[in-house]
Amino acid sequence: MARNISFKQAISEALDLEMRRDPNVIILGEDIVGGAGSPGERDAWGGVLGVTKGLYAKYGDRLLDTPLSESAYIGAAIGAACCGLRPVAELMFLDFMGVCFDQIFNQAAKFKYMFGGKAQTPIVIRAMVGAGFRAAAQHSQMLTPIFTHIPGLKVVCPSNGYDAKGLLIQSIRDNDPVMFCEHKALYGFQNDVPQESYTIPLGEANVVRDGEHVTIVTYGLTVHRSLQAAEALARDGIEAEVIDLRSLSPIDWDTVIDSVERTGRLVVVDEANPRCSIATDVAAYVAANAFSALKAAPRLVTAPHTPVPFSPTLEDLYIPSGEKIAAAASQTLKPALAA
Amino acid sequence: MSTNPFPLAKEDLLKAYRTMRTIREFEERVHVEFAKGDIPGFVHLYAGEEACATGIIMHLSDIDRIASTHRGHGHCIAKGVDVGAMMAEIYGKATGSCRGKGGSMHIADLAKGMMGANGILGAGAPLICGAALAAKRRGDRGVGITFFGDGASNQGTVLESMNLAAIWNLPAIFVVENNGYAESTSIDYAVAVDSYVDRAAGFGMPGVTVDGTDFFAVYEAAGEMIRRARAGGGPALLECRMIRFFGHFEGDAQTYKAKGENEHNRATRDCLKLFAARVSEAGVLSQAEMESIDREVLGLIEEAVVTAKSAPLPAAKDLLTDVYVSY
Repeated sequence: MARNISFKQAISEALDLEMRRDPNVIILGEDIVGGAGSPGERDAWGGVLGVTKGLYAKYGDRLLDTPLSESAYIGAAIGAACCGLRPVAELMFLDFMGVCFDQIFNQAAKFKYMFGGKAQTPIVIRAMVGAGFRAAAQHSQMLTPIFTHIPGLKVVCPSNGYDAKGLLIQSIRDNDPVMFCEHKALYGFQNDVPQESYTIPLGEANVVRDGEHVTIVTYGLTVHRSLQAAEALARDGIEAEVIDLRSLSPIDWDTVIDSVERTGRLVVVDEANPRCSIATDVAAYVAANAFSALKAAPRLVTAPHTPVPFSPTLEDLYIPSGEKIAAAASQTLKPALAA
Repeated sequence: MSTNPFPLAKEDLLKAYRTMRTIREFEERVHVEFAKGDIPGFVHLYAGEEACATGIIMHLSDIDRIASTHRGHGHCIAKGVDVGAMMAEIYGKATGSCRGKGGSMHIADLAKGMMGANGILGAGAPLICGAALAAKRRGDRGVGITFFGDGASNQGTVLESMNLAAIWNLPAIFVVENNGYAESTSIDYAVAVDSYVDRAAGFGMPGVTVDGTDFFAVYEAAGEMIRRARAGGGPALLECRMIRFFGHFEGDAQTYKAKGENEHNRATRDCLKLFAARVSEAGVLSQAEMESIDREVLGLIEEAVVTAKSAPLPAAKDLLTDVYVSY
């Protein structure tokens, strides 16, 4: 039965269901229980935003609070994954990858290939991504392209609770390392989520709005901004198709190409910085594989090539807005200027 | 027949000698073959350090996990990785331990509890905390052992992992293979403390320094730590002071070493010669028994090289396989 619940609650349910189903699932991270060794209450936090709150009461020492040592505990989760456990490690903010990246991209991502296929590393690393929290340059980045670049890693970034629950359950059952990126501005977003367990395959995009004039490809928070843009465009008689990629590696090229072949126009919206981004990746793939279908140059709507600013005035300018997305879509529909 | 004064039965002494001799022969042969130009990439040889890997890993079974270093051949052989598959891997052949995709620096055999040689210094320490955590959760009394050099002892991963292992009371052993050189840089320059025992104390765990050229000293110290860890006593650090006969990598001119240093070490601090002298003087193993092992090992390594050289190369299609379990 579906209930209207938050993105945060959906993620919490996915963790609960998988811990109940598989005793090899453990969760570790900083303050994921909270209050370890402190004089006050145990399960004080359940993670900095309370996503894992309540799981300690059910699963006890299968939740491990860690010291502030990302290299050690992310690496320990990876080592445990090689030895039969299915750890879900919480990195809190994906920005903290800087202190443990070696364990992710030189260890977990490489083991299967480098050891000739004999290793598998079924780990999920959950982390918050994205701007909008006035958290400034080191707690707000959309670093999804960096992980998508690495062979051996899978990268998921859901836009709503229904997808988050199904994708997280699938990620925990997956036998490859998965970076599970949760946009922090979405934790309060509510939609209908079934109570029971279900999975959504990685690498299947979701067409969240049908349209015939222009294709908007995006993921995460900007799915919602793209839908706002599509509403605005519809008032001008432009029907935009909005594709939520949901997973960036593997990526559902077929759905993207199929849509562009119908609409002939492409806008890619990415909250990441523009160079070597998901936006450039999608635009390049479409240009190389569906060039003859294109009636206009693809448009990219991304964050600027800057760190994330602190001041709300500046941060609001940083994240791609519905207006910018709508403007880019309109531009693809303008007749090309004569050379 | 004289009484055996050693803490190992004769068959285990023979096994220890065979393992050390196999590592030595393997490394000396790779040294020769590398100089011929037939081996791609670069290799880091373990010759001179055999007593450390052997003395520690003698205490382990396949359920115990080790994480190795860039200088990993000795750990692999001691942990029971097939020598022929290792040699084929070093030659980049399809029959190698990693089907030619890993090379010297990434030989692994997870079924044997060998979690990989590692090209990133200090990277094995967090991984072995995970292995120890898994063993603790299973309750199978398995231990995790990470090897790292005096160079990598300065990595944050090692220090963070020692703290993590201590607070979680993990069955993890941290082995510093101190050969005095981080590549070309002396430990006197790069390590701020005089003794790794002090570093262990800093993380609330016992630390012991042994002469890493003395198989028996390594064996006994490691045995005590491993028994303690299996019984739930938590992590420990073992520093083995040892000798690297060759350079950091093959081709290293070793101009940073003192004149005559290698020759002197080979003459006076060769762990294999020291072991042979001890067991023969005690009358427990005879020269003839050890020479018989020498001949067998020579044949084994010769066969490994001949087989590796004639083994098939990976196929072009292998470039794209084994990236993911499913994608």
